[in-house]
Amino acid sequence: MMLLSIRDLVKHYGAGGFFRRSEPPVRAVDGVSFELERGETLALVGESGCGKSSIGRTILRLQEPTGGTAVFDGIDVFSLDRGALRQLRRRMQIIFQDPYSSLNPRMTVGAAVAEGIEIHRLARGPEVGRRVAALLEEVGLDPSYARGYPHEFSGGQRQRIGIARALAVEPSFIVCDEPVSALDVSVQAQVLNLLADLQRDRGLSYLFIAHDLAVVRQIARRVAVMYLGRIVEEGSTEALLSEPRHPYTAALLSAVPEPDPASGRRRIVLGGEPPSPSNPPSGCPFHPRCFHPAKSDRCRTERPVLRAVGKTFAACHYAESTPTQVPH
Amino acid sequence: MTRVLDVENLRVSFPDAGGRRFYPVDGVSFRLDRGKTLAIVGESGCGKSLTSLALLRLIPPPGRIDEGSRIRLEDTDLLALKSEDLRQVRGRRIGMIFQDPMTSLNPVFTVGNQIAEGILAHLPVSKTQARDRALQLLQEVGMPDAPARLDAYPHQLSGGMRQRVMIAIALAAEPDILVADEPTTALDVTVQAQILEVLDQLRARRGMAVLLITHDLGIVAGRADRVAVMYAGQFVEEASTSDLFALPSHPYTQGLFASVPRISGPVQRLAPIPGTVPPAAAWPSGCRFRPRCPKAFEKSHTEPPMLPVGPGHTMRCWLAEE
Repeated sequence: MMLLSIRDLVKHYGAGGFFRRSEPPVRAVDGVSFELERGETLALVGESGCGKSSIGRTILRLQEPTGGTAVFDGIDVFSLDRGALRQLRRRMQIIFQDPYSSLNPRMTVGAAVAEGIEIHRLARGPEVGRRVAALLEEVGLDPSYARGYPHEFSGGQRQRIGIARALAVEPSFIVCDEPVSALDVSVQAQVLNLLADLQRDRGLSYLFIAHDLAVVRQIARRVAVMYLGRIVEEGSTEALLSEPRHPYTAALLSAVPEPDPASGRRRIVLGGEPPSPSNPPSGCPFHPRCFHPAKSDRCRTERPVLRAVGKTFAACHYAESTPTQVPH
Repeated sequence: MTRVLDVENLRVSFPDAGGRRFYPVDGVSFRLDRGKTLAIVGESGCGKSLTSLALLRLIPPPGRIDEGSRIRLEDTDLLALKSEDLRQVRGRRIGMIFQDPMTSLNPVFTVGNQIAEGILAHLPVSKTQARDRALQLLQEVGMPDAPARLDAYPHQLSGGMRQRVMIAIALAAEPDILVADEPTTALDVTVQAQILEVLDQLRARRGMAVLLITHDLGIVAGRADRVAVMYAGQFVEEASTSDLFALPSHPYTQGLFASVPRISGPVQRLAPIPGTVPPAAAWPSGCRFRPRCPKAFEKSHTEPPMLPVGPGHTMRCWLAEE
């Protein structure tokens, strides 16, 4: 069953404004569409500045969209007034890369987790404390931690606190914005397992925003790869990783450092860096860095649209013949 | 193989609030050979960065390198050097790059100026020659449009370009050793691939010894000749890269491997190491990994030395005797 449907989402920053009239807007998100089923995880993958975090924040209206629609369980999110939006936020939550910056340093962990329960009047009196204790236990923390303050905890524990806080209002959908990127590998594995367990036990849907394809493969069956504010390839994680059709996906995949010296994978080392989203290249935004042997004038002039190629959808004029491995 | 650096029983200590000293780096020994890369892998708080800072005697007070530690740079006893002689070692013989280039670059000087400064400090050249040399270095580290970038300020460059500038500065005086502390952690994966490629080419071309400090086993796989895994202030396993990846033997190393999500092969539930790294002021007694180790046994209450697992492969675990 469909839970969330995003159509032609656009988010521009700095468009207009008195001091910036002459500067072009930053086109952080530039026409993105996708759907998310109940209980499913969709991963949004891309490098810094590709617009993946802006999408998560815009869907929750932590930032206002420039254009497009978002329908969550039949509700048009972008047309809601403040009161209705607050009701909806009970069902849509977000966890961040750095939970420390989203926790109030002067609020105990228990108070931080209880806040949502109290705002939405989900419990009262001693029942609040019982719920907080149960939530802390569910995310693998000792209930006595409720009396502690955020600075007393490690990065992994803080991330668990952030997750407990998100779960407190019993959401059905959580935006996970790089939730394990700042964690050490052994702690990262603990948090990934926790997210998988919570999804299984509570039927949660995740929009999982990440830059690491190996992490994505662990948590999501479906993935969308972003470049300069657009989805350039989308499909099942297995298909996309085994037969990438967009050259950028192939390059991203080959750049993942694999802990196996015998893997024999050839690296595609891309030239250059992602261009500025305020002045994206003409035609295919990837063309200045593209290594596709069939690259032509068409790539410079005509923007490719997302279309079915093999087992995935890819936005490349020559997706049929994309080399998955090239010598450099 | 020519040895350029010998570190023996390195111990770095800091005082706690009550003045008692504790040891974030506690008895580390290794050597660097010309043209080879040694990687030190470990998680936050294992002491890997302090180890690299100690090589340049950059441990901030009240921290100190303790009695009994030895660092020999060919024939020079680094720990006996006076500060003016030490300046000749820093930069001239050991170059260093860090995770975040923005904090190490001076925002008010051009890139060309900052590279030339390092050249002038160590080599007998004119200002014009230094500038020419700076341009050459920028080209060598693969800076796109290098002549124009010479006059750029750090804030005008991307993260990847800034790291290239840092590498150029580190190379300015042609050091024998390059210490790279998490050089690509702050960079996107496609840029990370570029920077690692540059470091590899430079090592091969100049015959430098490289000490690569990282938390990422994936980076090590393609780049290092030897690997040391560090936990709680000590090396717990050391081997050639191929041996370590073929036969990870210390339970901590095995735990790290089981924690890393893979890009190929079957997707399995990850098997994380339980618990967290203990703080340096409270390293456990006996084997320091014992409280988290699934294989801990009676003997683990006695601290193990590095024991042979195979040729050139050692680990700090009594299981090596089995």
